[in-house]
Amino acid sequence: MTLRDLRPGESGTILGFEPSAAINRLMEMGMVPDSQVQVVRLAPFGDPIDLKVRDYHLSIRKSEAALIRISRQEG
Amino acid sequence: MRVALCGNPNVGKTTLFNQLTGLRQRVANFPGVTVERKAGTLAGAPHVEVVDLPGTYSLTPRSIDERIAYEVLVGRLETEPDVVVCVLDAGNLERNLYVVTQVIDLGLPVIVALNMMDVAEENGLAVDASALEKDLGVPVVPITASRGEGIDELKKCILNPPESAQVYRWQLMDAVDAKIPALIKQLTEEAPHVKPMHLRMEVLRALAEEEALDAWRLEAPEFVNCIEALQEEFAKRGIAWRHAEVSGRYAWIGPIAQRASHRVSGPATLSDRIDAVFTHRVAGPLCFLLILVCVFEAVFSWAIPAMDLIEAGVAALAGGVRSALPAGWVTDLLTDGIITGVGNVVVFLPQILLLFFFLGIMEDSGYMARSAFIMDRLMKRVGLSGGSVLPLLSSYACAIPGIMAARTLDSERDRLITIMVAPLMSCSARLPVYTLFIAAFLPTGKLMGVFGYQGLAMFSMYMMGTIMAFVAAAILKRLVFKGPASYFVMELPPYRRPRLRQLFWRMYQRSKVFAIRAGKIILGCSIALWFLASFPRTDTSPEATQIEELAIQERNREYAAAQALAPGRDLTVATDSLSLVDSTLVYALDLTARADARYTAALDSANIIRQSTQIRESAIGHLGRILEPVMQPLGFDWKISAGLVSAFAAREVIVSTLGIIYSVGDAEGGVALRDALKADQYPDGRPVFTPLVALSLLVFFVFALQCMSTLAIARRETNTWRWPMVMWLYMTVLAYLASLLVYQGGLLLGFS
Repeated sequence: MTLRDLRPGESGTILGFEPSAAINRLMEMGMVPDSQVQVVRLAPFGDPIDLKVRDYHLSIRKSEAALIRISRQEG
Repeated sequence: MRVALCGNPNVGKTTLFNQLTGLRQRVANFPGVTVERKAGTLAGAPHVEVVDLPGTYSLTPRSIDERIAYEVLVGRLETEPDVVVCVLDAGNLERNLYVVTQVIDLGLPVIVALNMMDVAEENGLAVDASALEKDLGVPVVPITASRGEGIDELKKCILNPPESAQVYRWQLMDAVDAKIPALIKQLTEEAPHVKPMHLRMEVLRALAEEEALDAWRLEAPEFVNCIEALQEEFAKRGIAWRHAEVSGRYAWIGPIAQRASHRVSGPATLSDRIDAVFTHRVAGPLCFLLILVCVFEAVFSWAIPAMDLIEAGVAALAGGVRSALPAGWVTDLLTDGIITGVGNVVVFLPQILLLFFFLGIMEDSGYMARSAFIMDRLMKRVGLSGGSVLPLLSSYACAIPGIMAARTLDSERDRLITIMVAPLMSCSARLPVYTLFIAAFLPTGKLMGVFGYQGLAMFSMYMMGTIMAFVAAAILKRLVFKGPASYFVMELPPYRRPRLRQLFWRMYQRSKVFAIRAGKIILGCSIALWFLASFPRTDTSPEATQIEELAIQERNREYAAAQALAPGRDLTVATDSLSLVDSTLVYALDLTARADARYTAALDSANIIRQSTQIRESAIGHLGRILEPVMQPLGFDWKISAGLVSAFAAREVIVSTLGIIYSVGDAEGGVALRDALKADQYPDGRPVFTPLVALSLLVFFVFALQCMSTLAIARRETNTWRWPMVMWLYMTVLAYLASLLVYQGGLLLGFS
């Protein structure tokens, strides 16, 4: 599954990426494999997403979220 | 000695810079680019220069800001700094440390300034500076820049800088690490000028970034071949070489950050609670719209008292100068040209300051990022990203900082589109024009008792420009800038209370730039225009003379008739109340009084005709009349056309042009411009300015690119004259067509 499949409030662990120009930037912002990421909320018009990663808020679009493979964290 | 301040955006770098330098700072540009270079001397140590680098998340140059930061640090743009102070947000160590690891790798002496210790504490985060210092191997100074805490310790540390020790503390994955020495050797052979301590960084960049690799293609072709072969090999072996560097750095940072900061209380910060409202599904967009409407309402109405005061002051000054100096054209130039012209700029400073104030609050509080978050979906639809919201909103103040702010966009295509449409956002230079015509031709009532019609009209001017900017962006994206989709990765920084002192300081600096830039152009234009409007001199007007002669004859005839009614009585002097008992006399006096009034009115109109003859025969009148046939379909007469000619240097000039056109030769000088506009008539008695003409002119100003400075900055930012020319052309055509539509459409609908 990808980050796009998470609902607000759910968390996951990053497994890897689909190739894209955005990936290097995402990684520099702390979204590296094995790190935790939580979907905080969707923007009012449904896109982009407000993520919590490494204890700060990062906003990315659903189209980028779909490039990030994750495993959902239960509970 | 030179100190560079480096760090992520939104970590209080500028606050620290102000604390370190006091007000001893100079703002210039880095050579060759328009990235702002803020430098100052360290308070108490004038031999130490402090340079504030643009905020960056990484030294891998994707945006111009990142490239500049990198090139300063490696000494490519100017002599490399002797010490680098990395500013960190104590509340967000992990991401902040990333760029620190890159700076340390460059082999420069590094000091870490751990900022916002107070906020971290408030949010229940205990940060251990000494643990961080031990792990990083560089001095760490905890500070709270906003309150000036820890600044002295930091200064001491800067004056006794640590040794630079280039030790790679983080681990690159073994498979990649093993290949680095060979690559370094290859690069040294082909590019011996690269400093030894930068070699590793250059190799890693070339490995991970296409653009960095391309940059070596000419100079070090063999090095490029090696890297490409290696990339192929890694791909075959399934090694994630592209992620190697970032993963390695974060793998080192993670545990360090965990050791250094401990969460002691719950995670729901005040910032999160604010966000629950401001980015709420319903409340969020409503708040955004409400904030925008309130800002424009405030800019329009709060500034009025100050503007009235300035207007009165300028008029008094002009009057004083006029009475103190002998009459003549030099005095006219001074009062009508220079003082009035400059006064017309100064009068709009209150509005500009207010706009800068509100934009500054939005920027400093962190709300600007939320507006990007809210608006991204809509911006994406027209081919931009939420990141364009800030440059476009800044363009409400002035397109120049707006175009410059577009630099923060990662995608070159988004940057170009943003630059191309930014001048459609109504800038503060349009405010004078909007204000003048809206105040003169729209009713002052209030809709539902809250929002004045004039404020709403102002708001719709801004909306019109904004909507057209979006349309233009969508068209540009489809037709001109085709290519792969851009991405949107943006931090939502914690909300912060804006620091008023810093806000006012920046308002002052920005307004100063505006006033000087606008002031210079306007002073020059005012003088030139006064000459254009005053020369060649025309002192005779047969029409006016005829009117005067007729008026005298008429007056004499009426006086004779009145005299016949009251023979022997003196009708030219005021009579006492007793004589009013005589009703015939009262009637005769009434007749003469009316004759006098008609006579005065006739003289006034002769005077106006004489003035307008002067302008009509002046150089600017000729220019305006040459254009009149082209502009007539928009409802513009030759005076407006002349004003538009002058406004192609800078929009606000039209106000002073009209001011000069309408007040030249006016000895009274006290008539407000808007009253003069309302009173102006065509020879056949039709008013020159009807509400429809005013609307057409307003629409023209919404769309037209009348600003030489914008063209100049666009030229610098795009590095070619092509885009500024396209920009000017499409906006002028747009303005003409839109005005044509408004005026002709209005006429068809029966408005006048």
